[in-house]
Amino acid sequence: MATGTVPAGSRPGSIDVEGLTLREPRRLERLLGPELARIIYGLFSNRLSIAGMIIVLGFILVALAAPVLAPPLKGRDPTVIPRDGFGPEPKPPGTVWRSSPPPVPGWYTTLTGQDQWVHILGTTAGQFDIWYGVIWGARTALFVGVVIVGITVIIGVIVGSVASYFGGWIDDVLMRITEIFMAFPFLLAALTLASILVPAFGRGIWPAMIALIVFGWMQYARLVRSDILSVKERDYVMAARVIGARDSRILGRHILPNAIFPTLVLASLDIGSIVLSFAALSFLGVGTEVGYADWGQIVSFARNWILTLDKQWWIVVYPGLTLILFGLGWNLIGDALRDILDPKLRGARG
Amino acid sequence: MTAYIIRRLLQLPITVLGVTLLVFAMLQLLSPVERSALYIKDIPHTEGAIDAVIRRYGLDDPFLVQYGNWLFGRVDGVTGETVGGVLRGDLGWSRTGNSKVIELLQRRLPATIELALWAAGPIVLIGIWLGVKAAVNHNKPIDQGARVFAIVGYSFPTFVFGLLVLLIFYARLEWFPPDRLSDWAQRVVQSSDFVRYTQLNTIDGLLNGRFDILLDALRHMVLPIVTLSYLSWALLLKITRSSMLESLRQDYVTTARAKGLRERDVINRHARRNALLPVATIGGLTVVALLNGVVITETIFDYPGIGSAIAKAAGSLDVLTVLGFVLFNATLLIVANLIVDVMYALLDPRVRLG
Repeated sequence: MATGTVPAGSRPGSIDVEGLTLREPRRLERLLGPELARIIYGLFSNRLSIAGMIIVLGFILVALAAPVLAPPLKGRDPTVIPRDGFGPEPKPPGTVWRSSPPPVPGWYTTLTGQDQWVHILGTTAGQFDIWYGVIWGARTALFVGVVIVGITVIIGVIVGSVASYFGGWIDDVLMRITEIFMAFPFLLAALTLASILVPAFGRGIWPAMIALIVFGWMQYARLVRSDILSVKERDYVMAARVIGARDSRILGRHILPNAIFPTLVLASLDIGSIVLSFAALSFLGVGTEVGYADWGQIVSFARNWILTLDKQWWIVVYPGLTLILFGLGWNLIGDALRDILDPKLRGARG
Repeated sequence: MTAYIIRRLLQLPITVLGVTLLVFAMLQLLSPVERSALYIKDIPHTEGAIDAVIRRYGLDDPFLVQYGNWLFGRVDGVTGETVGGVLRGDLGWSRTGNSKVIELLQRRLPATIELALWAAGPIVLIGIWLGVKAAVNHNKPIDQGARVFAIVGYSFPTFVFGLLVLLIFYARLEWFPPDRLSDWAQRVVQSSDFVRYTQLNTIDGLLNGRFDILLDALRHMVLPIVTLSYLSWALLLKITRSSMLESLRQDYVTTARAKGLRERDVINRHARRNALLPVATIGGLTVVALLNGVVITETIFDYPGIGSAIAKAAGSLDVLTVLGFVLFNATLLIVANLIVDVMYALLDPRVRLG
């Protein structure tokens, strides 16, 4: 979290809090401002959100350490899962890697004393290594999540702020357009657009990402719009207008920083659910190409092994648990944050 | 009140028009050759045939002309018949369904309706019950358990949940099979002395006095229902819980308690009734969850409804089928949202008068 945006409470003009805060501000509070400090204190005083932060941090570390945890084949695209031959039957966890194995990681030799690389989590049909896919999939997931959420928030902020600041017919038109996009069931609409874009872009991460962006910005536009409407009439905006500031300056310097803070915080936590939607598109066959290090893609191999799933359980259980854990991490933080940011619950705890 | 309903009804055509424009805009991303499936089954693979088809059906006309054709249909220059036209119910040719898109939709819809009808009960009743229980026992173990249940619920991708359920109850225990009916039941249903009143196997089974068919159909639906429900419970539980907590803090609840009413009556007759109002507003969201959910659920359980048809079409890039189904689903959702809004206005005097 950057210290760039200074939250509402610390700005001159919002005197309502000033009279009540009699205690000496804590160090973190002086450093980050009361709003951000309150969020951070809140997150660290809740066991569930601490668990969530540990999980998310874990995934970030795994993504960073991917080349160490699962070394790629030399000279190959690391986003493509290396295969051990082409056999149809999934191999159970612990099977020794036979044909063209990637280099054995040092930590594995140290831990087990063996210098033969194995399929730690088994292989899928077609002999794609699940361990490799799970590890490198963390990179795909974080990249996809951050990019999609980032772009949807930018679109949402632009649409929402233009609509609310100018009001009138501009507001009407933009909000009608927003409603039309919202008239579609999200996953279905994304599925449709992705299947249209696949022939143009080829299978890969982009069709599904673009589809999720096109049908994903609306809730941010609405949130930003309503936040700005509540900030727009504050005294300091009036003051800026009185001294003759331009629209863009008022919007950019006075309104946006104060209005979009909660939206930004909540949006960053949508990374979890966006990644789950992306995985669903991959599972349905409009996402990444076969063999790409992507969790939904790995699970989709199980579709052809449903009759014997109890014997080849690892093809669902390991990538599936990874997806659940990833979603859980973000949702645990998100749940706590929503409580902290909810004005109705303010002061209810600590 | 009437003014509100009229205003909502007037907005309806605008939204529907916008939806069709958006669907058509997506359609225009396809090449004219792919779009020709709007009017014909397939293009003859001879020299110049593609250009002839494009000219015959005006697939390179200006955007608005094509949009009009797509909406109302177009007179075929050669045969003189009107072809296409979404408003005429013609959504084009479905490559994966090997029939007209609208016929595929008609064929697949009953199965999904049946599934949705059976899933709606457990979703709403258990979801609300859990939410009320959690709120009444605020911060007690039941509440904590319900919260964790909800968080895990919306962290669980549908396809992973479905596959795990399948792994346990189908592959391992062999309790519940996929598909819609067993082979023997399928033969009974298709035989001449079984009357298909509604196309819904459970209800037809009942009406024909064949309880074995009813049971067989239910047995096939148990796993899809559980999958659809678990994921919707999370949402319902969360909304009901917070609404109920809010309601329990209101003055009229304190008044009811002060009057010496039994706690059960306070909760059931005073708090819960008011708490359920906001829950009604997520009716639209529940429909969305169902429409999204059936795509994956039906695919995993090989259940022949509209969801699995969409998934199959999308997987093999049969865009016309997907677009047709999405147009149908979006219209359904708009109508559902309208009904929810009107119901809410009828239920809550504050909306009606305000």
